[in-house]
This record gives sequence, C-alpha cells and structure tokens, in this order.
Amino acid sequence: MSNVAVSMYPKEFLAEFYRRMVLVREFELRAIEERRRGLIPGFIHSCVGQEATAVGAGLALNRDDVITSTHRGHGHLLGKGGDPRYMMAELAARAPGYCRGRGGSLHIADFELGILGANGIVGGGFPIAVGAALAFQMRREPRVALAFFGDGAVNQGSFHEAANLAGLWRLPVIFFCENNLYGEGTPQSRQAPLADLARRAEAYGFPGVIVDGNDVLAVYEAVKAAAERARAGQGPTFIEGKTYRYRGHYEGDPQIYRKPGELEEWLARDPIPTFRRRLLEAGALDEAALQALEADVQRQLDEAVAFAAAAPFPKVEEALAGVYGETHGGLVF
Amino acid sequence: MSTAKRTAGWSFELSVNYHGVTVKTMREITYREAICEAMSEEMRRDPAVFLMGEDVGTFGGVWGVSQGMLAEFGEERVRDTPISEIAIIGAGLGAALVGMRPIVEIMFGDFLMCAGDQLVNQVAKARFMSGGKANVPLTIRVTTGAPGSAAAQHSQSPESWFTNVPGLKVVTPATPADAKGLLRTAIRGEDPVLFFEHKMLYDLKGPVPEDPNFSVPFGQAAVVRAGQDVTLIGVGIMVQKALAAADRLAQEGISAEVVDPRTLVPLDKATLIQSVAKTGRVVIAHEAHLRNGPGAEIAAVLAEEAVEYLDGPIVRIGAKNVPLPYSPILEQYVLPGVEDIVRAAKAIVIR
Repeated sequence: MSNVAVSMYPKEFLAEFYRRMVLVREFELRAIEERRRGLIPGFIHSCVGQEATAVGAGLALNRDDVITSTHRGHGHLLGKGGDPRYMMAELAARAPGYCRGRGGSLHIADFELGILGANGIVGGGFPIAVGAALAFQMRREPRVALAFFGDGAVNQGSFHEAANLAGLWRLPVIFFCENNLYGEGTPQSRQAPLADLARRAEAYGFPGVIVDGNDVLAVYEAVKAAAERARAGQGPTFIEGKTYRYRGHYEGDPQIYRKPGELEEWLARDPIPTFRRRLLEAGALDEAALQALEADVQRQLDEAVAFAAAAPFPKVEEALAGVYGETHGGLVF
Repeated sequence: MSTAKRTAGWSFELSVNYHGVTVKTMREITYREAICEAMSEEMRRDPAVFLMGEDVGTFGGVWGVSQGMLAEFGEERVRDTPISEIAIIGAGLGAALVGMRPIVEIMFGDFLMCAGDQLVNQVAKARFMSGGKANVPLTIRVTTGAPGSAAAQHSQSPESWFTNVPGLKVVTPATPADAKGLLRTAIRGEDPVLFFEHKMLYDLKGPVPEDPNFSVPFGQAAVVRAGQDVTLIGVGIMVQKALAAADRLAQEGISAEVVDPRTLVPLDKATLIQSVAKTGRVVIAHEAHLRNGPGAEIAAVLAEEAVEYLDGPIVRIGAKNVPLPYSPILEQYVLPGVEDIVRAAKAIVIR
C-alpha cells in the first residue's frame, strides 16, 4: 500500500492531509513548550513522529463515525477534527477545556465529533469501540468505530476479548494499531513473540493489514477500505501501521532504551518532510502554498495558546459536579 | 418470610375500584419474575434497551431470570456472549455512549473482578472525566451472596467494594417489588448502576404492582417494619433475615424496626437517622464480610450524625472475615444469620 500516487487526490485534499499533520506535530511541540513554561500542569505523552497514522485514519472516517483513543491521543483528536483551542485549554486545566478541567490530556472527549475519549489505561478503549459498533449494527446505521492503540496494548486481555466479540458478531469496527516499536520503555520484540501484530487478527476471524504508518496516504487508503468493509456488513479489520515515536513515552522520559542509530534511521522517514517532498515533486502544491499552510497552523496554535492562557480556571465547586447525571436530590454529585 | 402487606414507600393496596369494577393491581410473583418483567416491559417500551451476557438467551440465564425473553425479543436484543466479562461490560459502556440503554448480566458478582478496569476506570469515570458530557445509561445486573456450598469464588457479596468508587450507583433489592421498581429506575436512568440480585432471593414471592410505570426511586430507604426499641438495618437478603429476627424479638417483648436502605449509593441517610432517633439502638446486618462491608459506612454515618440519639453501641453483623468455605457446616458458621441479629439486638436492648 506504500507510495500511493499523489496524483490520485485533489489538491485541496492533499493540502488538508499536510496541514493537519503539521497541526498535530506543532500542537505537540507547543504543548511541550507550554508545559515547560508552566501553563500545563500534567503529563504529556506526545505523538511526535506518529502524525501520519492519526491524520490518515482520522480523515478516512466520516464525522459520525467514532474513535476511541489512547494516552498518546492528541493526534487522534486533531485528526478527527478536535479543536486545538479546547484541547490546549484542557491541557492547561481551564474551565473551557474539553473536559472543563476535570480530565486533562488522558481523557479528552468530544461526543459531537465522535471522539469517545482518550484513555489513561493501555487497552481500555477496545471494548468501548466494540460496544459503539454493536449499537451501530443493531440500529442499522452505516457507522464505524475505530479503536486506536499501540503495540503494547495487544497484550492486554481487553484486546482479545474485544477482538473475539467483534469477529464473532462481525461488528463494524477497525482495530488500528500504531506499532511504534516500544511499549513504554520496553521494545515490542520483548513484549510479544510476533513482529507483525496484524497476524493476531486471524485468530479472531478477520483480516489483518500492514501499512507504512509513516505514509499518510497509505494509512488513509487502508482505513477507507476497512471502513467500507465494515459498512458493508463484512466485519472488523485490524490495521497495523508501522511507525516510530521520536520523543519519550512521556515528556521527561530519559529514553535509555533506544537502540543506537534507530532514531536517526526513523527520522530519515519522518512522515511530514517526506510527504512535503512528495507534494513538491509531484507538483501538487508549491513551496508558497506549503508555507502558507504552515503559517496558518502557527496562527491557529498562537490562538489556541492565547485562548488557554486567558481562560479562567474552573470554580472549585465544579469538582463536585458531573459524576452522575441524576443526583437524587443531592445525595450524590 | 412472608413479605405481604408490608409498607415500603408505595401504596400496597391489593385491589382498586375502577368504574365500579374491582381490578386486582397486585399479585404475588417471585423476585426472579419481577426482574424479568422489568426488563421485558422496558424492552417493549424502548428499542434502545437490550440484554447481553453469558447464557442469557437460549439458556434463559443460569439463574433463570431471562427465561422466555429470547423468544419474545430475538437474538439481537437478548444476546448470548462469550465468557468475556471485560468485553461485556466494556461493550455495554460503548453502546451506552452512543445512545443505547444496555442491560448486561454478570453471572456471579465474583466475576466483576475480571472486568475491573472497565467497571472502575472506564464505566464509573466516563461522565466525570469528560466534564459531565458522557451519558452512561448502563445497568449491570449481577448476582451476589452465598447460594450454599458454592465456595469462595461464587459466594461473595462485593457490594461495598464498589461503593468506594464515585460514579457507580449500587442497588441491593430485598423484595420482588423493590427488584422490579429499582430495576426500572436503573434502566430509565442516566448513570451506570450495579444491580445486586441475591441468589437466595430469586424464589421469594411477594406482591408486585402491575402498573407498567411502577418504579422505586433511588436514595429512598424503606421502613419495612415499624418498631420502637431497636432499629435493624438490613442490606439485601439480610432485610428478610432482619424481619425474621424482628418476629423472634417480638415474642420476647422487643419491638424492632426494620429499615432497608435499598440503594447503598445513593444512601438515604435521613431515614436511617430518623429511625435511630426513634429507637436509640441499631444493629446493621449484611452478608458481606464484616470488615469494611456496607455496615462500616452506615455505622460511620450514624456515629457522625446520630450519636446524640444512641443509647448503646452500634452493632454490625456480617460474614466472618474469611473466604466463604465449601462445607455446609463451615459455611453456616461463617455466614451471619437470624440468630446473630436476635442476639445482638437483645444485648443492646436489655442491659
């Protein structure tokens, strides 16, 4: 699936792929910077290097399709249309943030955009995506649920239970594995006896597909095909995007686990500059157009940071609200 | 253990006069039938409601609760699942987040631990973590208690493990009417509910209103028997044992009031305090292990908010703090019974 011809796509489409990947990259770098400067109090697990999987998958889905995301979820949210202002405000623990300051990076959700939630638990999203897919199937809605996860998560029991159920009931779900070669600080080769995790799909009766996770168009095509399969009632697909994260598991991770030379090798395949080169070489977008998109992203992020920094903190009483939908006369919050 | 004609917060008339014709509005059905009725009625009313779990379809539930439902609603809405508690509870959450109202059955409360992450980290916290936006109308029906010689992994009463998890509601029906009314409230509600059905109550018969909208609100304890000398607070099956104990105490001239909190979260503190204010003495009984069982919270509430009314120590009755043993003689020794309640009540009343 690698190196899908750029010429197959309309210009606006290609521009959006590029713009959104730059948005993900720059959002992460901005968040890291703002954390260092004190705007953001909590953890950040950045997805720098994994922009193609997030954006390729996000743009292949419809607005009413849903995703479950992970601890490394900022790219997934932006890929699905998340608003960087509300994301930055949430990271900054402010009242207008996506979760009103109650969730932070690990729990951002936007149900109107079909973002059922990032997740602080590795493997936590699988059964949730499967349940959403079950609802779509029962209601005969042509909608798809996509669960993002990393290579570490396929060793959680939740994967196996959810994949089995999805295969058994032929649910419209896509299991999208971003295999970045490390589960936290331990190489994938020391966590599973398989290098190609897509092979696990066979055990549950649905196809497993491997794509170059640094090629946004390859990811897009694979997810689009899987979504079409799902909408046609043909059941789940496991997609494994081979990729790499350029920064630590979390910001501050000493990264002593990387093999020498590995980072440099993967930097040469950075999804953003490689796609940029392809666009230029194919004559799809010129230098001026690309620079305009980059400038547009910077302006958008300036706005997001300013919005977050100026936003009020939540009132302390708000900590005691929204645990339940019904409070039974104040007996619970 | 008759339950007829007890007041429990709703009208218990057995018939009404309707345009000159007497219509029976109550009939005696079992706790099992009451639960099945609530599910079936809600499924007829609302296509978003469905049931899934291990053996709930063809088998009719290993406790027989969903018998006949597959025939009425079909395989899509009465779904047999693999033995996969993580997937059952997690898929219930996912379906709830996109507008369904799933009822999931977990065969034994002991098996909730298999799905610990989904239940405690995902289901319970989804609304709060999203800033109050997630709606999670998910009812988790689960059995509790010792059915007799089922040993340590099929006999536990884990209700209070989950009362320490904000985001979950914990419901412990003790009568057929409460089972039906509380389950309807759970299914129509907007929050995740752990609905604990005691295995030894399934065959209990009692009057249940036929009104298809009959429901019992959460957070309202029931004074199931009025008395003057001592309050017996029972949780789940121990409500029935407390009633039996009250009969025994009456023979000895002690008037016991029996109160059923009905929901542990939310907890109706006011009714518990009111009863203790009247009697001045309290015994709290549950089948869960004594240490940090539901009685620990109730005792703490009474100690904090009703100490001025107390004329004696708060006494808790629960299972001894060991895993439930297999041999009947050992099991009976470990489990709390009617005699334990009678003895405890007498000890604080006659001093």
